[in-house]
Amino acid sequence: MKPATLRAAQLAAPKQQRNWDWRAAANFICGGAGGGLLLFAAFAGFGRGATLASLLAGMALIGTGLTCVWFEIGRPWRALNVYRHIASSWMTREAVVALAVFGCGALAVLTGSVVAAVFAGICGGAFLYSQARILAANKGIPAWRHPASVPLLVATGLAEGATLALAIGALAGAVIGVGLVVAALILVLVRAWAWWRYRAGLGSTGAPEAALRVLDGFAPRLLWLGTVLPALALLALLFGMPGLGPVLLLVVLLAAGTGAWLKYTLVRRAAFTQGLAIDHIPVRGRGPAGPAVKPGWKPASQG
Amino acid sequence: MTRYAMSIDLRRCVGCQTCTASCKGANATPPGIQWRRVLDIESGEFPDVRRSFLPIACMHCGDPPCEAVCPTEATTKRADGLVAIDYDLCIGCANCVMACPYDARSIVHEVRYAYGDAPMASEAKRFDPGRIGVSMKCSFCKDRIDHAARTGQKPGVDPEVTPACVNSCISGAMAFGDLDDADSGISRLLAETQHFRMHEELGTAPGVYYIWDKS
Repeated sequence: MKPATLRAAQLAAPKQQRNWDWRAAANFICGGAGGGLLLFAAFAGFGRGATLASLLAGMALIGTGLTCVWFEIGRPWRALNVYRHIASSWMTREAVVALAVFGCGALAVLTGSVVAAVFAGICGGAFLYSQARILAANKGIPAWRHPASVPLLVATGLAEGATLALAIGALAGAVIGVGLVVAALILVLVRAWAWWRYRAGLGSTGAPEAALRVLDGFAPRLLWLGTVLPALALLALLFGMPGLGPVLLLVVLLAAGTGAWLKYTLVRRAAFTQGLAIDHIPVRGRGPAGPAVKPGWKPASQG
Repeated sequence: MTRYAMSIDLRRCVGCQTCTASCKGANATPPGIQWRRVLDIESGEFPDVRRSFLPIACMHCGDPPCEAVCPTEATTKRADGLVAIDYDLCIGCANCVMACPYDARSIVHEVRYAYGDAPMASEAKRFDPGRIGVSMKCSFCKDRIDHAARTGQKPGVDPEVTPACVNSCISGAMAFGDLDDADSGISRLLAETQHFRMHEELGTAPGVYYIWDKS
């Protein structure tokens, strides 16, 4: 992408990152939802048909995300080099786990093995965790590196996985257990809690003002569309409201849709760089030193 | 052991951008890409306002976050403290760009020349296709440092083996040398001045020191 022209005075302030575009966001959106879906596919207690459908959907989501990111990297034909640094790179670990996901998933689909499905589910969870750690390892983006971003992304992927599993199970004619509905309800609420914990954490450590503005603009959408309405729909399901199909569809659209929206917001719109700072304005001539300068930042505990 | 580092005396920098131009000349970076820049920062409120110049580039961190996240081992920290990139391994995933808190890295995805589609003679001669689609940044002019290891010259003392920006600085604001050598110019300079390292709270252990006052 062509970088915008900035005035000299703006160069030190945090800037929205322009290297990871919608394709990278798609990897987190699809990969996280796919990983969560695999986990619930393995443990939801569905019959063979619904389990296979969920496994296939989960792998398709992860595959779509990885394909998107493959189109983004600068040297796609060297992509296998991604496996070289498992010692500390979460991107390498994500790629390794992806192999295990597809290996176990394919085995489960082809043989109907419950054990393989369970392993695919565990690997799906590990894939989701790896993605969360990829973002958190990036010290250059304050909105990502906060430790509370990891539980937020994991909770988001799990909430998406649970609601997608509900929908696929219903569409495939599986018996939906109360446990899965309760799990989805709890995860939608946990995601909301993780969001507010994350946002409070950013406020207490300090963050670029522009990032906080973006996050605060998204918060009401997560509250109403991503939490309150899906929670009401899930409660209605629990208490046996008729019209199961439309309710499930609503839950999936709202819970999974706001999850995708959250991740797009985090990966693209709230991803402002650290910016540059001077700890001490230097002494010049006979004048004294000056205070620290950190353009574009909201200080800790004012956020 | 050797730990090459740089010091920049903010009291002396006049924001002339000679180091920027010199880096561009030495490293033939494409249009729009500057491995070294000098920022012009205004602060305070009228009438108490300040203007400061802040030269920035890769900090060659002691604990580089770009190295930890790199999935290919293209980014490595050398024994002499330089953080280097192997362009033949890099896949251009930009994870290191996100990990760097100093905006020091960039990726150019397509060939660009200063004046349209055709390169100038100098651009044609120095164009390196290996740097397209991969991460790049200031290398502390590592070819010169490597040359010093062969010739026995001293980086920071002998201009032929000193980074181009340091050589070019018109005000003598920049110094380069071995921090592990107590007698090196940079070690003595840092011992007698007050200095800071940018974003040190992030645990990156930057290798660039900004001098702001005498001790």
